[in-house]
Amino acid sequence: MTPTDLLARPAEPATGRRSRRRSATLVLGCVLTGLVALLAVVSFLWLPYSPDDTSGGRLAGPGDGHLLGTDKLGRDLLTQLMTGARIAFGAGLGSVSVAALVGVTLGVLAAFAQGWLDDTLSAFLDILIAFPTLLLAMLVVAARSATLGSAVLAIGLAQSAVVARLVRILVKRVLTQDYITAARTSGTSWPRTVAGHVLPNIWPTLVVNLALQFGLAVLAEASLSYLGLGAPPPNASWGRLLQEAQATFTTAPAGALAPGILLVLLVIGVNLIADGLRDVLDPAGRGRRT
Amino acid sequence: MTLLDVHGLTVRTADGRPLVSNLSFTVAGGERLGLIGESGSGKSLTTLAVLGLLPEGMSATGSVVLAGTQILGAREKELTAVRGRDAAVVFQEPLTALDPLMRVGRQVAGPLARRTGLKGGRLRAATLDALAQVRLPDPERIARAFPHEISGGQRQRVALAAALACEPALLIADEPTTALDVSVQAEMLGLIDTLVREREMAVLFVSHDLAVVAKVTDRILVMKDGRAVEEGTVRDVVVAPRQEYTRNLVASARTLESALDLRSAP
Ligand SMILES: Nc1ncnc2c1ncn2[C@@H]1O[C@H](COP(=O)(O)OP(=O)(O)O)[C@@H](O)[C@H]1O
Ligand SMILES: [Mg+2]
Repeated sequence: MTPTDLLARPAEPATGRRSRRRSATLVLGCVLTGLVALLAVVSFLWLPYSPDDTSGGRLAGPGDGHLLGTDKLGRDLLTQLMTGARIAFGAGLGSVSVAALVGVTLGVLAAFAQGWLDDTLSAFLDILIAFPTLLLAMLVVAARSATLGSAVLAIGLAQSAVVARLVRILVKRVLTQDYITAARTSGTSWPRTVAGHVLPNIWPTLVVNLALQFGLAVLAEASLSYLGLGAPPPNASWGRLLQEAQATFTTAPAGALAPGILLVLLVIGVNLIADGLRDVLDPAGRGRRT
Repeated sequence: MTLLDVHGLTVRTADGRPLVSNLSFTVAGGERLGLIGESGSGKSLTTLAVLGLLPEGMSATGSVVLAGTQILGAREKELTAVRGRDAAVVFQEPLTALDPLMRVGRQVAGPLARRTGLKGGRLRAATLDALAQVRLPDPERIARAFPHEISGGQRQRVALAAALACEPALLIADEPTTALDVSVQAEMLGLIDTLVREREMAVLFVSHDLAVVAKVTDRILVMKDGRAVEEGTVRDVVVAPRQEYTRNLVASARTLESALDLRSAP
């Protein structure tokens, strides 16, 4: 090796302090999300009360056997929050899975489409993005019924348009890169090129976006439940808890505050994760061009 | 036997502007042809047209027959079979020609696996061997590195290893030393020369630098504005250039050569 070779080798990206701060963001995000996730996981193993146990007396205050008090039917609030955490995670993971599956497939197709097909797909995605998620959810609920599955499907479909449009742009950009041409010159087929080079290179940006979509999906499910379009009554979605506690907010604020706070914690948590991932995964951080 | 037969090749942009015009040349099996011309004369587009990989919107007319396959108008499936097997490319800029997020070893193992069908430990061994053949020090470490973790010269060796892993009948080298540090250019040229000779491959060597082309090729085709302006053996073109344009290329190569001589003199 020549001396110039040694000099030319790029040092580790000169972003040490920045990436440490970023990973702190990631850690904080994981802690917040993890706390809420813990509630959901524990709820499967142990609950303070049975979800339909109404023995606590209406709107009991915190303490006295009920850590956070009870709701207007006498059900334990902590129990409801814990089962609500399951629903929040189910909605987030479910919607993001639908959005990733449909969105990535459509996006890759749209990136390769030429001429009228490209125009049609783009127009279709634009319309789907402009279409209000709530309206879409109402249509899905009307066609099926008001269940968590319907909400997840509606939110996932609405988000898949956003994901597809992002994927289309990302794939188009990657396809112009030299390493794609290089892979093609050695006889790599299109499917292999997409799986081996295109998807891994859009993945960092995509995964950050999916993390953001997770937060949005949790909020969207809460809104749908608030409007009665989400999981039906025995299931304690945070959105429905908020709606039920709304009337008694002045006398028993805990019923509305607690699900609200959890919702905020979870959404902030996943947004911090997205923010932290952005730098940890960013190809520009790893493959800094010198 | 003719390996590559380009006849009347014309490459046009989407709006019909010709970038390569009526270009014809042949490369026989095992032969080395130099494609030379100033930057922007259409050399890279010619090499891409040979593999049916023109940028989106461009179209080619004429005839390109590579190892018996008509490339222009061929279906994607035929092209995928031809690429790599009949011709592989080393590009000018090794940093952008390697996937930034894939370990270097896998980028060589990919084409190697496709040609040989090797898997697992034997593929790994063959990959390390391929890296060692391009004289990379410590192939184990290099194989695990990402492109940005190795030097420019090392990256170009990896790109060469990936191209050679296809064992193509024709190696297309598009300015393979231009992006490299002057001090490693000669080494790289020597390496290509040796490895190609061992494998009896034909070479289409593209460069804007006559001095470089003269070192590795037998015959030279001079391009200007997408047209061939002169063709002949290296000797003929260097000693008795017929065109003003070629004379200028020769003269600038001489100046560079003497400048280098001066520099390397103690
Ligand atoms: N993707 C492209 N789109 C439009 N014009 C291009 C593209 N690639 C190359 N060209 C043009 O084609 C001409 C020949 O380019 P190229 O073959 O890369 O030249 P060379 O390799 O000889 O330097 C140049 O004028 C260049 O501007
Ligand atoms: Mg070029």
